[in-house]
Amino acid sequence: MSESVRDTIKMVDIYIMGKRYTVPETLTIMDAMEYAGYQLKRGCGCRAGFCGACATVYRMAGDYELKVGLACQTKVEEGMYLAQIPFFPARKATYELEEIRPSVAHFTQLYPEVFRCLGCNSCTKVCPQDIEVMQYIAYLQRGDFARAADISFDCLMCGLCVSRCPVNIVHYNAALAARRLYSRYIAKPDAFLAERAKAIEAGELDAEIGELVKGDKEKLQELYNNREIEK
Amino acid sequence: MAYTPQLKELMKKVEETRASRVGVDYPRMSPEERREVLQNFHPDYIEDGFREIKVGVDKGIRMTNEMADVFESYSRLRDMEIDFKAEPDYDVDVLIIGGGGAGASAALKAHEAGANVLLTTKLRFGDANTMMAQGGIQAADKENDTPAIHYLDVVGGGRLENIPELARALVMDAPLVIRWLEELGTMFDKNEKGTMITSHGGGTSRKRMHAARDYTGAEIMRTLRDEVYNKGINVIEFSPAVEILLDQQGRAGGTVLYNLETEQYLIARSKTVIIATGGSGRLHYRGFPTSNHYGATADGLIIGYRAGAKTIYTDSIQYHPTGGAFPPQLLGLLVTEKTRGLGAQPLNINGEQFVYHLETRDVESSAIIRECEERGLGVPLPTGITAVWLDSPLIELIHGEGTIERQLPAMLRQFKRFDVDIRKEPMLIYPTLHYQNGGLLIDDQARTSVENLYVAGEAAGGIHGTNRLMGNSLLDILVFGRRAGMGAAAKSKEISTPEGLNLDHVASYHRELEEADAAGERVGPILLPHYTHR
Repeated sequence: MSESVRDTIKMVDIYIMGKRYTVPETLTIMDAMEYAGYQLKRGCGCRAGFCGACATVYRMAGDYELKVGLACQTKVEEGMYLAQIPFFPARKATYELEEIRPSVAHFTQLYPEVFRCLGCNSCTKVCPQDIEVMQYIAYLQRGDFARAADISFDCLMCGLCVSRCPVNIVHYNAALAARRLYSRYIAKPDAFLAERAKAIEAGELDAEIGELVKGDKEKLQELYNNREIEK
Repeated sequence: MAYTPQLKELMKKVEETRASRVGVDYPRMSPEERREVLQNFHPDYIEDGFREIKVGVDKGIRMTNEMADVFESYSRLRDMEIDFKAEPDYDVDVLIIGGGGAGASAALKAHEAGANVLLTTKLRFGDANTMMAQGGIQAADKENDTPAIHYLDVVGGGRLENIPELARALVMDAPLVIRWLEELGTMFDKNEKGTMITSHGGGTSRKRMHAARDYTGAEIMRTLRDEVYNKGINVIEFSPAVEILLDQQGRAGGTVLYNLETEQYLIARSKTVIIATGGSGRLHYRGFPTSNHYGATADGLIIGYRAGAKTIYTDSIQYHPTGGAFPPQLLGLLVTEKTRGLGAQPLNINGEQFVYHLETRDVESSAIIRECEERGLGVPLPTGITAVWLDSPLIELIHGEGTIERQLPAMLRQFKRFDVDIRKEPMLIYPTLHYQNGGLLIDDQARTSVENLYVAGEAAGGIHGTNRLMGNSLLDILVFGRRAGMGAAAKSKEISTPEGLNLDHVASYHRELEEADAAGERVGPILLPHYTHR
């Protein structure tokens, strides 16, 4: 950023792991760290709010409350004390999807800690995606995999919920298992998809495409320009 | 940063014309009009952005200057002694470089075929453009559709420059891939009967875009990653490959890995190698912002090229028409094509539509650039750039209230974080650097011109010609990821452990660079973009 831009943009002081840096107030936490001179390895991923790499904990000067956010999706503010969580050593249950079913009995084997929830709601409060985390844990306890899958869907697996849980539930991994169980066993398979896949494997659709693959460019262009388009 | 009072004033024009635009289709361009707007406004046609490279198997080929800088670079191992006599740190059948959708699907298929698999990746497993793909994945699995109809869309959209066998593999495997994902428990949008809910994308002639809300790529990625872990496949994070090793016969036989954190170099020996390192948007061609992942720096292209793999269409880059332009924190961020699929129209400063909302990406982008640069009808932003409106509130007028929250939750959330409610306020967009159409040349089994070296995903070229359609990238990474995994596993059963691993090809590449005085002090792959002290 040039000196002239520095003159026109308001600067704020932030504290990265306790060290003060003066940065433009329009930046996200991630951009501000780079502006300050960090070349990020951990704590940086898609830079667009999809991957959950950049979970960040912060506190405003003079306040006691810890806040959280994704570094790429949160603007810096004057007096922000921050640190990133580069990795969280959470457990993932391994399983064979074909050998389990969406039942409380099976789920207890995978993630027994889900059933020890104290109802403190810390997970929901900390979620940067505003997911009702404790609610889906409650659905899982009841074996309501459909609802748990639905409301947990926007999870980025950033790990902040896990970091605050007093009974060590790994919410995001439990939710992922729930969504896979729901999608495999509760949502119905697409009937025509199965039929189409079989037809392809049997070679029934080879002839139609074979003509096109051999076709010269002029012919293909004409077919393309005049193709029928579904409304 | 919410919209400024000036922008709110300009927004009134959009609101005034909104009702009159419902249900009215702006005419599509004729083939001649498409050609004209591309030639005059698409960045691929601006000559000073390109040069011919001076070294390697494709010496003389044209590529963007920024990509050429990576190709014309010295190895990171230039002044290093590597002890090839020592036992390698890893010794496997199939080595996969890259932890996105292509790498993960290759790993699963190779493992299934009984191979000993190692997957290494530069950042975290799942840190990839796959994770960010929002809108959908194409497959001809409806009664009014066939792979042949899909094929015509692919090659027509690709300006008929696709390699026919690759496009064929893409569309024929598509329903198989969707069925595979369904069986793995991927949460697609379905109705209560289980039928996939599908929609149009730019340039599709049938509604064949399958989605998982607007987190389609994330849903696919987390499912595949979960399965890789379930299968116990060995995954090493923060360890990019910085060079391919060749054996005495010039066949691929492993890689040199670099531990980003301890800065150690490690040797991985493998019977076969799959490059699945993705794209290169973080090279910021022509200074464009990008929708790409932090790690998209063309690593696989350069190490594959040094090893002798041929390339294709290295001068063809896709600019996605709808990149975020304002608020400034969203610059370059992808606004999913699903937004237009649901009916949102691009509008100029007068609130007038100037292009059909679902032209192919190259044409749509060029029309937006023309509206801003030639016609001067863009919306001036306080950040000094111009943009056009994308009328998202129209979506709810067409499909009813609540549609955006249901169908575009990620978009709604992202703009809300910076105080814009896309249900009520239109978005401001401008084309963003999105996709590398070209890459390393493969055949329909994902093999390169170097024996035992495979490529899958965005690092491969030729599948999409010189313009890819929405929903065909998530598809291609899985189609060719699976094929690469199966092929490499089968090959590794036929061959013995590679012998005499060496980096002689790198030394001769260096000699070429020196003779042509082509590299300056550049070292590649760059691995991480440089954004410090901007």
